[in-house]
Amino acid sequence: MSRYFTDEHEWIDVEGEIATVGITDYAQEQLGDIVFVELPAEGTTFDKGDDAAVVESVKAASDVYAPISGEVVESNGALEDEPALVNSDAEEDGWFFKLRIADASELDGLMNEAAYKKFVASL
Amino acid sequence: MSGADDIAHLEEELPLGELPLDAWHRAKGARMVGFAGYHMPIQYEGIMAEHSWTREHAGLFDVSHMGQLTFSGEGVDDVLEHILPSDIKGLKPFRQRYSMLLDEEGGILDDLMVSRPGDGAFDGAAIYMVVNGATKYDDMGWIIDYLPDEVVMNHMEDQALLALQGPEASEALAALIPETADLLFMQSGLFTWRGVQLWISRSGYTGEDGFEISVPADDVALLADALCALPQVKPIGLGARDSLRLEAGLPLYGHDLSPAVSTIGADLGFAIQKRRREEGGFIGHARVMKELADGPGSKRVGLKIEGRLPAREGAKIFSGAVEVGEVTSGGFAPTVGAPIAMGWVSLPDSALGTALEIEVRGKRIAAVVAPMPFVPHRYRRKA
Repeated sequence: MSRYFTDEHEWIDVEGEIATVGITDYAQEQLGDIVFVELPAEGTTFDKGDDAAVVESVKAASDVYAPISGEVVESNGALEDEPALVNSDAEEDGWFFKLRIADASELDGLMNEAAYKKFVASL
Repeated sequence: MSGADDIAHLEEELPLGELPLDAWHRAKGARMVGFAGYHMPIQYEGIMAEHSWTREHAGLFDVSHMGQLTFSGEGVDDVLEHILPSDIKGLKPFRQRYSMLLDEEGGILDDLMVSRPGDGAFDGAAIYMVVNGATKYDDMGWIIDYLPDEVVMNHMEDQALLALQGPEASEALAALIPETADLLFMQSGLFTWRGVQLWISRSGYTGEDGFEISVPADDVALLADALCALPQVKPIGLGARDSLRLEAGLPLYGHDLSPAVSTIGADLGFAIQKRRREEGGFIGHARVMKELADGPGSKRVGLKIEGRLPAREGAKIFSGAVEVGEVTSGGFAPTVGAPIAMGWVSLPDSALGTALEIEVRGKRIAAVVAPMPFVPHRYRRKA
């Protein structure tokens, strides 16, 4: 399994044709206390860059974009009852949704963990 | 993801000024944002934690961005009774009152606190006024046009302002200045702490018991340190200030109040005492009287929202297919444990218990007009 990162502070775990998407620890830290996550329904298809989810923190709503194109095969139901999972475990249990990857070549331009760390440090 | 705009509604255009506690906030780990023209702390450890701490203990807020004005000179009360709709002549020394600036059409230019100092505070000024930070220069420009030569307005730019709020605020402040414990809600007094003169009122913007402390900018860091050294006190950012005041049902100028709305519609008629209503003689009086007689076109109301999805400022409010208003403040309320909002709706839809819908990202969510405050006030009044 390989993990990719975007400059929009999302992480993507790729296993075969399925990509699991979440926001990074840096992102949750920036957003602060998360009180609601609006997730896409199963079967929704996205083009890369489409609005895919919305994270509501105490202060405001922030969009999460589809980091790659694909079809939603599952959303993280645990976030309905416990949106704060995104704060406590952003990069594991706080995942958002799983996509069936439409075009694996879209992964090529993304960062690996080391590159993302460097990117965050530069902010 | 778009994290950058998460506090967009609090942000303003550059350039930003620096307040006296700027370095102090940064040393405490604050995340700074632009607000009312200054770098200000939005949060330290997190909005939820800071909100709860204030409800349970005592929070220290830096509100030095607000405009602190004094007025002196012959006939000052008469002049202020023209500019303000509230009873100024009946304002006794050491007493404070909520008021607002109205334009000729009765629209709200700002809301403010006005008090009469005593014991020679503020160089013996007749009136002390605290106005919103984002509007202070406009306010001064508005006011100055109505001042005769004899009345002098002074903007105290080298005076900082702290708010200490929460059920343990009194105990905490008494550890530094025991006499402050005797103040009641909306009373104030001049106190001396380590040789520094402090003008302290028992008031605030959280719904909790608490104090607002006007202190010379040179001494504010020392005072903030002394307060935060107490076990009851932690610094609290603007984020929790906003969620606390929303739960307390207190309007935020520029959001819930604006020149487009009126005092009566805003449910702030209490700021206009009986004598002032009857006698008039203040800017905006006609609108106030008309709306007292005929009712306002729309009203500021509290909204309880079903489910977990917050409705934010700008969300449209519907009664069936008809758009009847707009959310002006909204978010997740930590103490309530659910989303709440404040908004303006047309008068027929403003009655308590009215079932409405709010449109959030194309979806309708259920909301009910609810009494404010959402969390009971705990002011210290006369027993």
